[in-house]
Amino acid sequence: MNVTTRWTRKDLVGLRELTADEINFVLETADAFKQVGTREIKKVPALRGKTLVNFFVEPSTRTRTSFELAAFRLSADVINISATTSSLTKGETLKDTARNLEALHADILVLRHSSAGAPQFLANRLKASVINAGDGAHEHPTQALLDLYTIRERRGKVAGLHVAIIGDILFSRVARSNIFGLLKLGAHVTLVGPSTLVPREFEKLGVEVSYKIEDVLPKADVVNLLRIQHERQRREYFPGISEYIRLFGLTKERAKLLKPDCLIMHPGPINRGVEIDSEVADGLQSVILDQVTNGLAVRMAVLYLCGGIAT
Amino acid sequence: MKRLGSATIIRDGRVIDPANKRDETADLYIADGKVVGSKSEIKNAKSEIEEIDAKGVIVAPGLIDMHVHLREPGFSHKETIESGARAAAAGGFTTIVCMPNTSPVPDNPSTIAWIKDRASAIAPVNVLPTGAISKNLAGEELAPIGSLAQAGIVAITDDGHCIQNHEVMRRAVEYARMVGVPILDHCQDYNLVGNGVVHEGYWSTLLGLPGWPAAGEEAIVMRDILLAELCDHYIHCQHVSTAGSVRLIREARSRGVKISGEVCPHHIALTDEAIQNFDTNYKVNPPLRSQQDVDALLDGIADGTLSILCSDHAPHADFEKEVEFDIAPFGIIGLETELGLFMDLLVHKHRRIDIARLIEMYTVEPARLLKIHAGTLSIGARADMTLIDPELEWIVRLDQFESASRNSPFNGWKLRGRAVRTIVAGKTVWKL
Repeated sequence: MNVTTRWTRKDLVGLRELTADEINFVLETADAFKQVGTREIKKVPALRGKTLVNFFVEPSTRTRTSFELAAFRLSADVINISATTSSLTKGETLKDTARNLEALHADILVLRHSSAGAPQFLANRLKASVINAGDGAHEHPTQALLDLYTIRERRGKVAGLHVAIIGDILFSRVARSNIFGLLKLGAHVTLVGPSTLVPREFEKLGVEVSYKIEDVLPKADVVNLLRIQHERQRREYFPGISEYIRLFGLTKERAKLLKPDCLIMHPGPINRGVEIDSEVADGLQSVILDQVTNGLAVRMAVLYLCGGIAT
Repeated sequence: MKRLGSATIIRDGRVIDPANKRDETADLYIADGKVVGSKSEIKNAKSEIEEIDAKGVIVAPGLIDMHVHLREPGFSHKETIESGARAAAAGGFTTIVCMPNTSPVPDNPSTIAWIKDRASAIAPVNVLPTGAISKNLAGEELAPIGSLAQAGIVAITDDGHCIQNHEVMRRAVEYARMVGVPILDHCQDYNLVGNGVVHEGYWSTLLGLPGWPAAGEEAIVMRDILLAELCDHYIHCQHVSTAGSVRLIREARSRGVKISGEVCPHHIALTDEAIQNFDTNYKVNPPLRSQQDVDALLDGIADGTLSILCSDHAPHADFEKEVEFDIAPFGIIGLETELGLFMDLLVHKHRRIDIARLIEMYTVEPARLLKIHAGTLSIGARADMTLIDPELEWIVRLDQFESASRNSPFNGWKLRGRAVRTIVAGKTVWKL
C-alpha cells in the first residue's frame, strides 16, 4: 500500500478519529524517519519549500522544540509564534490570526492552545494543515503516538498489553489521546488516581478505573505517569502533594511490585519525588528519554504525511 | 396607530382558545382591534372589512414567549427591540417578555420607561419588560422592585445571572409577593458549575471540556422550591434542563407550592452529543443534556409539571460565536424556530401533547403567571392572534430570518407546523 491510500488527512487533531490502520501507518512512517536522526547529515528534503508555523497560544518548550527540530530535519522553513508575540493579545480572534498566517502562505500550522477544540476549529476553516500540539484537556495526539511508538519498539506490539495511566486524568490531554490510541491498537487500559481526577465516567470510554495503585502495578506491562500539579485550580481536587505521594506515588517500594519487564513512561516534565521517585525515573525500566527521541521521529512522520496532503 | 375603524373577519378557521375551552371551526370577528361576538358588530366599522380565509388553519390566541433577550439597550450589534420584535412576529408571537441583562440594566424605572417607549414606537408586537431582582444583577442588593412594578414590569429576574446568596433571594421573594410580581430564576449554582461549558457526562469526559453538572441546576431549583414555600409566592424556574429538576418541581407542585418551570426547544431537540465537533452554535446555558434528561423533560411536559414553552432567544453576532468553544458566549436564537420545533417534536413526532395544550402552554399559562391581559380570544379581548398551519412542512433557512443574529443550530432542519399569520390588535403584522 502507498501513502495515498493509507493516509488522506491534511490535519491531525486527535487520535479519536483515526483508525488503527492510520495509527499503524504513522508509526511505520516514523520507523523510516528514526534512522535519519542517526545519520551524520540529519536532514531529508521531504518538506523543502514548505512553511511551518509553530503557533503556541499556550506556553510549551519541549513540544515546540520537538516540532521545530522535526520540521528542520524535513527541510521546512519554520517560524515560531507565541501568545505574547501574536495579535491575540491585541484582541484579534484566533480565526483572524490563523487566516493571516495562511495569507502568508503557511502550509502547516502546529497549534498549542488552552481551549479544547481549537485545532478542530481552525482545521475546519483553513486550507493549511493543522497539527494539534495539545488543546486544553482534549487531545495531544503526537504525544500519544510517540508513547505508542515507544511501547511498540520495546515490546514489539501494543495489542494485549496492560497499560496503567496514573495521575490527573480529568485535566489531561495526554491521557485522552493515549486512551483512544491504546484501545484502537488493542491494549487494556487502567486509569489510576484520586477519584476527583479520575471520575467513573471514564469507564464508558472502555477503560478500567482503579483507586488502588497496588492492585494495578503487578499486572501492568506499561505504567504511564502523568505530571501532578497542585496549583490553585486543583486545590479542591486533592488535599496535597504529600497525600498524593502516599496514595499514588510510584515510590521505590511500590516499584518493586512491577513486573521486571514493565516499562515506566512519563510525558515530562517530571516532578522527581512526586509522581515518581527520582531513582525509579532513572532506573532500567524507565524509557522516558526514549520517548523524547521517538517524539522527533513521530512528529517528522506526522508533518510529512499531513504536509503531503495539504496543497 | 390607525387601528380605529378597522374590521376583519377570519373565516372557517379551527378556532382553538384554551382559555374558553373552545376548539371548533368558526368565523372570528375583529372590530377596532378587539375580538367581537358577531358580524353585526363589525358592520358599524367605517372602513372596508378585511376577510381572511383560514380554512385548514388553526386560529389561536396570540402566542406569548416569556423568555427573550432583545439585547437593547447596550448590545444592538446582536439584536434590537425592533429586529427582535420582528423576529417574534415572524415566529407567530404577539407578546414577548424581554430579559434584563442589558446595559444599562433595567434596575431603575427610567430604563424600563425607555424600553417601553422604544417598543411602542417601533415594535410590531407587544414587548413586556422584566426588571432586575438585584441592583446591576450583582446578586447583593435589591433593586427598587416596587418602583419597577409601577413603571410596568411583568416580573423580576436576574436572568443570565443567579442570586447565590439564599438570604438575599429570600428577601427578594418576600418583597415581590408584596408588590405582586412573580420571580423568574435562572437556576445555576456558581460553585458547582464553575467554568463548566457543557453537560458533565460522557461527552465532557471524552472531549475534555469543563463540565456543567445537572446538580448545579437542581441545587437552585431545590432552593427556589423551599423559598416559594417559605414565602408563599411564585417562583418560575427558567429553561429547566435536567431530570432531577423535573422530579423536584413535580413533587413540589403536587403539594401546591407556587413553583413552575419552562422548557426551551433546544433542550428537547438535541442532546450533548451534538457538541462533539465543538460547534459553538450548540453552546447554550444551561447546556444540552443527556437523553435521559430529554426523556424526563418530555414526561414533565406531558404531565403538566413543566407548564410553559419559551425560546430563551439569545442572539450573538457571528464574530462573537466564531471563536474557541470555551470562550464563546452561551446562547441560541429561537423566536423563528421554536413553534415549528415544538409542534414537530411534541405534537407530531413524540405525540406527547395535543395542539390545544401546546397553545395553552404558550398563552393561558404564561398569561396567568404574569397576570397579563393576553392569551385569549374572549369577546372584548385585544385581537392578538396567531394563525398556525399544523401540517405545513418547511425548512429552516437562517438567511431568511428577521433576527439580526444567526446563531442557531437548526439551519436546514425540516419541520412540520408553523405560524402563517400574526395579528396584533387586529392588524396583520406578519404573514407567510
